[in-house]
Amino acid sequence: MTARALISVPPKTKRGEVVEIKALISHPMESGYRVGPNGTRIPRDIIREFACTYNGEEIFRAELSPAIAANPFLSFCTIATESGTLAFRWSGDNGFAATETAEITVE
Amino acid sequence: MQEAIRAIIGEAELRQGKVALDIPSLVENGNAVPLSVSVDSPMSPADHVKAIHVVNEKNPQPRVISVALGPRAGRARLATRIKLADSQKIVAVAEMSDGSFWSASADVIVTLAACVEDLQ
Amino acid sequence: MILPRRFCGWLTAAATLLASSVAAAADIPAAERRSGYEFMGRETRAMQDDDAANPGMLSVLDGEALWRRAEGPAGKSCASCHGEAHASMRSVAARYPAFDTARGRPVDLEGRINLCRTERQEGPALAYESRELLALTAYVAYQSRGQPIAVAEDPKTRPFLAAGREIFERRQGQLNLSCAQCHDDNWGQRLAGVPIPQAHPTGYPVYRLEWQSLGSLQRRLRNCFVGMRAEPYPNDAPEIVELELYLAWRARGLPIETPAVRP
Repeated sequence: MTARALISVPPKTKRGEVVEIKALISHPMESGYRVGPNGTRIPRDIIREFACTYNGEEIFRAELSPAIAANPFLSFCTIATESGTLAFRWSGDNGFAATETAEITVE
Repeated sequence: MQEAIRAIIGEAELRQGKVALDIPSLVENGNAVPLSVSVDSPMSPADHVKAIHVVNEKNPQPRVISVALGPRAGRARLATRIKLADSQKIVAVAEMSDGSFWSASADVIVTLAACVEDLQ
Repeated sequence: MILPRRFCGWLTAAATLLASSVAAAADIPAAERRSGYEFMGRETRAMQDDDAANPGMLSVLDGEALWRRAEGPAGKSCASCHGEAHASMRSVAARYPAFDTARGRPVDLEGRINLCRTERQEGPALAYESRELLALTAYVAYQSRGQPIAVAEDPKTRPFLAAGREIFERRQGQLNLSCAQCHDDNWGQRLAGVPIPQAHPTGYPVYRLEWQSLGSLQRRLRNCFVGMRAEPYPNDAPEIVELELYLAWRARGLPIETPAVRP
């Protein structure tokens, strides 16, 4: 099964209002420091980058480390400038890549 | 952790203030500790937070997360969940558009659940 | 000579059948019954309360997709028979484990889902703790969120409730501890710095921070048994369902919280 993402954008916003965006995605975020039952280290497998664009312009970017909890959750703010599309991209170890979009309606 | 902070701020001075770091002081499980950072800034094109960096003291690696912000953020705020290997200090550093660095820190105690799982 | 466990269970069940109800003196009174939610810190509670931040919701979304996925030779999905889950599955999880007439014994929600898969959809059963079984169970249980737990207490279920109670109250393992000693007699006090909850299965499958993933009640019970240094039951053991049934009865009236978050 592919990674499941859950995005939260306020349903209706007013022009110029600062809104909170929440992004949650399923991913083990294996730190690379855990030891498995056979005594060997479980290899690192994390999301390393996350970026959000708003009608094509980047509004937020994050570099994640192994210290970010499994099923990483990120919340950040942006000014509701105009209606359009928020695009989310996650990438990381082992060629992991996921994208998600959400509409933002600005009155 | 100090080296990681030095790598972020270079020769600049690390000032206390403007940054609010919200993290529970006593954590039930170090696997998912909610953390939020907010920075007092107008977030205007002339005066805004460029980046927020979070570092830790006792995990195998000092870096926790680095985020890039700009005037479009409206408010300099970040929330996430982190892993803490042990009771330790967390430091959040805000990098401002004028090249200054501001920080706040918090001490966290990490407890663990009583009945541990048998890894099969 | 040590009597086989099953025999012990039936002896006690027979004795309890003579009593008019399952309730006993050490039980937590209804007014004091509290979910594990109330024993957690503020931040963990906030994680559960925010559907946009609750990692268990990812499994609920997976479950919603699985609900519609065709399975088996006839290509039937859950939706083919049950339609929209929010209508057909409302309150279902609140009365599970439930008595299955064909089998003459209770089944839990995971068992019920697998019975549907094998007997109705004629497809393969889903493995315990598999992402898919957890997602479907979470999705179905989520439809009961807010509903009070209400498993049947009637002549059919009473023997199994009594068997479950017997397991809960029996001292076992290297530490010679019973579940009741912590969760009936010492809830609210601290063990290794952590408050002891009353052990109500209000939010299963639960996102346990310790696991960094969703997990079933059976997995949580296995942790308990191992923690007590007692032999855990295998997944398909009838005793584990009896214990789940008793725990649900013991939690009667508390609302379902699935997907709950717990440390």
